[in-house]
Formats: sequence, C-alpha cells, structure tokens
Amino acid sequence: MNIGTDITSSELLTIHSARALAGRRVVFAGHGLPTLAIALAQHTVAPEIEIVYESGVTGARPPDLPRSISDSVLVPGAASVMPMTHLFNYVLQGQRVDVGFLGAAQVDRYGSLNSTLIGDDWEHPESRLPGSGGAIEAMAGAAEVFLVMRRHTPRTFVETLDFVTSPSPRQAAQAEVGSMPAGAGVTHVITDLGIMTRSARDEELTLTAVHPGIDPAEVVRQTGWDLKVAADLESTRPPTPEELSLLRETLDPSRVYLR
Amino acid sequence: MDKTTSLSQAIGTHLHNGDTVALEGFGHLVPVAAAHEIIRQKFTGLTLARMSCDVIVDQLLGADCLQGLISSFVANSSAGSLYELRRRVEHSDPEPLWFDEYSHGGMVARYQAGASKLPFQPIASYRGSDLAIKNPRIKSVTDPFGGPPIHVVPALNPDLTIVHAQRADREGNVQAWGMLGIQTEAAFAGRRLIVTVEEIVDESIIRSDPNRTIIPAHIVDAVVAVPRGAHPHSVQGYYDRDDEFSRDWSTLARDAEAVRDWLQTNIHDTADHAEFLALLGDDHFDRLSIKDAFSTPVNYGGRG
Repeated sequence: MNIGTDITSSELLTIHSARALAGRRVVFAGHGLPTLAIALAQHTVAPEIEIVYESGVTGARPPDLPRSISDSVLVPGAASVMPMTHLFNYVLQGQRVDVGFLGAAQVDRYGSLNSTLIGDDWEHPESRLPGSGGAIEAMAGAAEVFLVMRRHTPRTFVETLDFVTSPSPRQAAQAEVGSMPAGAGVTHVITDLGIMTRSARDEELTLTAVHPGIDPAEVVRQTGWDLKVAADLESTRPPTPEELSLLRETLDPSRVYLR
Repeated sequence: MDKTTSLSQAIGTHLHNGDTVALEGFGHLVPVAAAHEIIRQKFTGLTLARMSCDVIVDQLLGADCLQGLISSFVANSSAGSLYELRRRVEHSDPEPLWFDEYSHGGMVARYQAGASKLPFQPIASYRGSDLAIKNPRIKSVTDPFGGPPIHVVPALNPDLTIVHAQRADREGNVQAWGMLGIQTEAAFAGRRLIVTVEEIVDESIIRSDPNRTIIPAHIVDAVVAVPRGAHPHSVQGYYDRDDEFSRDWSTLARDAEAVRDWLQTNIHDTADHAEFLALLGDDHFDRLSIKDAFSTPVNYGGRG
C-alpha cells in the first residue's frame, strides 16, 4: 500500500480524530465521522473508551459498523441502553462525559458551532440544516469537545456564525442568564488541512499542526478570521499502514463514512 | 379491559383536526404505519411533535396534514435532507410552517414536564445559544434557592401520543427493548395514547418479565397489532432498518410532484398498512432480516 499518495481526506480526518482520543474514557459520539473515529481509537490508542450515544446506548461493542447513532446494531453486546431522559439529564447534563465528539457546518475562533442554518433569518433560512440534536447538551455538559470538519474553508471557519447553535464557554459567559457550561468547550479541531487547539475560555483556536505537504499560510487563507499559528507548529505524523488497513478492511469496508 | 382495535378505528377515534400529536421513536420503533393512517384519513391542521425527524415528517407535510412542527433535529437521520420540510421552512412552499425548535435536551425536558404535569422544566444547556434568543418559549426564571437565573422550557402535553413497540397484551401493557427514546415520557405526557405493536401477546408473557414494560396499561387508550409498523426503521429482534428506502426518499422528495404521486399510490390508494407492505413486494423484508441474539433469562423469584 502506497500510503501518502492515495489517502483520502476522510481517512486522514478519521485517523487524526482517533489519535486525539488517546487517554480519554467516556466519549459522546455525534453524527458521522466521530462514530468511525471512536471505533478506530478503540482498536488503537484508546481500547478502554466507553462510547455514549444520544440514543441512550453506552459501552457499545457492535458486531457491525453502525450506520448512524440510532442503528439498532449498537444494542447487542452494549453495556447499557438507557432511556433518553437518563442520557440527557444524568449523563450529559450530569457532566459524566469526558469528550463530546461533534461535527458542525460552521465554527468560529472560540469554538462556537452552527449546525442550524445558513443565512441570516432563522424563520426563513437560505439553507436549513438539521439543527442541534444533542449538540447543545454535549457542548454544555462534556468536559471538552472535539470537532471534526470535512472541509476547511472560509465558509466553514467563519468570523461570525450564521447561527450560534452550540455556544463556546466564552460566548455563554457573555449571555445574561442561564447556567454556565461545565467544560472547556472545543479543545481540538481536526480538518483536512491540519489541527487547531485551544484550552482556556478566552483563548482562540491556534493552528498547532498541519498535514504533510500543507502550507500553513494556506490554512490561514482558508480561515475566515486571522488564524493564530503556533510558534512550534508541527507536521502531523502520516497515517500508518496499520491504521489504514483497520479503517479500510475491518471498520468501514463498504465506506459508509469514508465517502 | 381489552383495548385492541384496528388502526383506522384508533386514529379515527382519538385524533381530531387541529390536534397536537406526538409520534416518537428515535430511529427505532417509529410509528410509521400510524403516520400513514393519519395521511389516509386526511387530517389537517395538526401540529407534530417529533424529536428526530425522518421520512414520515416529509410525508405528513406533503399530504398537507401539518400546520406546525415541534422538533430538535430536522434531517432524514443519516440519509440526507427532508426536502418537503425544507421547501416549507426555506420558501414557505406551499405555505409557511410554524416551527417550534429545541435541542434534544430541550425536548426531553418538555416531555418530562408534561408527563409530570409540571408547568415547565429547568435546563442547563441554553446559555449563549441563539435558540434561546429566537424561540420565545425558551425563557428563564429566578432560582428561588439563591442560584443564578436558569432557562426553562414549557411542558409538552400532546392531545394524542402514538408510539410503536415490540409487544403488548390486550389490555395495553407495553413491552419494548433496544433503544427506547423518549417513548415512556411522551406516552405519559399525552392526553390520549395509542400504541401500535409488532404483536399482541398473552398477558402471562408480559407478567413473566415486568421490568420490560415501558408503558402500563392504565394510561393506554388503544392497542393495535401492526406487524412491520415501523418500516423503514428497525425493530430490535424483528427487522433491520431499510436504509435504501430512506435514502431513496431523500432523492424522490426533491420533487414536490413526486411526493404527491408517491402518497397517492402508496397511502391513499391502499386500504391499510398490509396493502402498503404488499406494494413493497413479498421478498422486501428478506434483506431486512436480523440475526437472533437472546438475553439470558433473569430470576424474578421471591417469597411465596
């Protein structure tokens, strides 16, 4: 296998998402690539991960790759299947989740997320997107949030979100009422160009690594705000043959997520 | 009391034009056959409560049954967009849709308050979200115990709740397993309750495993046996999800006229769910068959 030339963007994203999960224990899996990334992490860097799905399934060990977060293939062999009241009240709002792993249509520099609409009018959006699902609760209740974005462009990494679905802790702090989020918000963003991280509430996302062959200036150009670049910017370690083979041959051979 | 009846009788008796109706089931145990019967009986002006939307929302919209939607996820699960819904929301085509939007946590809280007959429920996750600004029904109250103000969402008490499950006895003790969604809370929140099931079983089977009962008979108004009543969604232990059907819907529904034609052929021109299934073909469910995985029986033994 000639790795490095024939790796697809979704494979790259999944592998780096999985590596980011090293050392994490309880992970809430959002729609799409997070599910595949967590499966890969279980086979590599984090065998002890307990996956939590908003459908109420925890500790899933599915016999086949789940096609969505509500696929009943998640149930046989799982540690528990809870009603959604338990999942949302006790697990998410109850702050039992280490990492919420989400996707979004747009992200801003402090890690607020939009998954609701494109346009400037909630009542008449140009393009209506799925909406929160459990994303708002994952952002508010998880100790930290990882974000995977398939395309790093100025339309997805924006100065101002079209709609703040899931607010960063900084954005939440600026609101007048309500409970403050429990966790740090988005700490890792994995894209087709590189990896951005942040830790403190008022800290911006900083480009800390680029994929091999990617010019950091290109990442800055593809970001809708003046993206900070770490002084000790790294190059990501290329996918290994083992990771690629697990993804392609064991985990997602029919390329449900690796489209 | 024996509450078993036909689906057309149950819907015709317990649903009225203008009602708020909850159809719950999270990608599993979805009351699809009941939604089709609502279309068949040409109800109008309904408000649908459904956390996670799917093909039935597009179908109810296309059949002009709905004036409103209460929801927290408006895509066709992982299968793509719901284009009938998008035409209504983005272009008011053919007319505006009243859309009352929450997150899943907000919907869970609304059903819990409704089931508990409380006016509202506090929720911790809305601070800083535009949803709390745009939706006037997400409000905040002072914490009388001295904490900071907290967001609250109003109770949701549907006029009618419909859920689907694996089995029930004739009285309406309902058993379900696999992903249970918000069905129990939606059932208790509803003013009336219809349950469709894959099969009606003898009371002794239900009573041999009482922890499996998610809805007790005393809140159930009607029980209807509707085999394969959740297709294209799965029923744990009975059949798998039909992803091809759901994906095909997201392609078909790009064309409003195609939606109208589909509804005419598959719903209005069929007498009931059995006739609808017959159109899918005899061997359609062969590829949706599942592999058995039985649990180990537990010992309910006690004194006496």
